[in-house]
Amino acid sequence: MRIAFLFILLLSLESQAAIDAYPFPNDELRLRHIALIDELRCPQCLNTNLAGSDSMIAKDLRREVHRLLLEGKSDDEILDYMYQRYGDFILYKPRLQSGTLVLWFGPVFLLLIACVVLFRLLRSKKTVVNELSEADSRRLEALVKRK
Amino acid sequence: MSINKNLLIPLTAFVLLVIVLAFGFRLEDPHYLPSELIDRPFPEFSLKDLHDPGRTLTAADIKGEISLVNVWATWCPNCLVEHPELIRISQEEGIALYGVNYNDESSKAIAWLERHGNPYKFNMVDDNGTLAIDLGVYGAPETFVLDKHGVIQYRHVGAVTRGVWKSRIFPVVELLQTQMGEG
Repeated sequence: MRIAFLFILLLSLESQAAIDAYPFPNDELRLRHIALIDELRCPQCLNTNLAGSDSMIAKDLRREVHRLLLEGKSDDEILDYMYQRYGDFILYKPRLQSGTLVLWFGPVFLLLIACVVLFRLLRSKKTVVNELSEADSRRLEALVKRK
Repeated sequence: MSINKNLLIPLTAFVLLVIVLAFGFRLEDPHYLPSELIDRPFPEFSLKDLHDPGRTLTAADIKGEISLVNVWATWCPNCLVEHPELIRISQEEGIALYGVNYNDESSKAIAWLERHGNPYKFNMVDDNGTLAIDLGVYGAPETFVLDKHGVIQYRHVGAVTRGVWKSRIFPVVELLQTQMGEG
């Protein structure tokens, strides 16, 4: 009974995903379509990809990706086509250029700084522990000798 | 009492980072996409005339003078908001105004223009949104300012109100007009 219910649930998911299914001659193109509309951001929404948006522009762009794939365009050509029209906004993975350098390398830079700070802190603590004043080392010696 | 100066460095760095990020995220409307098409020629197209479906319009039809290209649709509420201002511009400013009827039904669009007035020289029927995609349009209305060579000089997203005309679009048009007078 439970398994039958799960099966029905799976079937309904399948039909939902097929709402604006496009015909593809082979699975390779279909998978590339899925990957591309997953990677491209819907220009009208703040944080939804083309695959997840119901807006008119997202539908049009999904159709456009489909058309370009059937024309034999490569993934890079399609991303470039979108970039020329909608700019940085449409790419979830920003391109490496002067404006996005901070985005790409900022976190690495901050991590490096954190490592340097941590390293220096650890080292300075060590030297503090090792350095005994002269009076202290005499006391230490005395304590050791008494034993 | 002496404060260890080294302790102030991370604090200062943190405060600076917060300030930079706060400004970076607030400077512009996150919904706004800067246009990639500024200083590029108006994309090529081949679309039917809304009122004369036998006629095919191309980019050559909107070249030759300073013009406004307005992307609109009957389903778009802000298009109705800006409509009176578009009519005023077409009557008083002496600038050619062309419409791109975006993802719409032609019969509805014709009826809409009959009801609210038609400020456009002609309308291109973009019922698949292909020209809109080439223009990088992500919502309606959007308005483009073209120079006489058909090169896009400015793009406004949202309704063209009186204030938008005065502060954003008219200065661009005026600059183009003086450049034309000189050249």
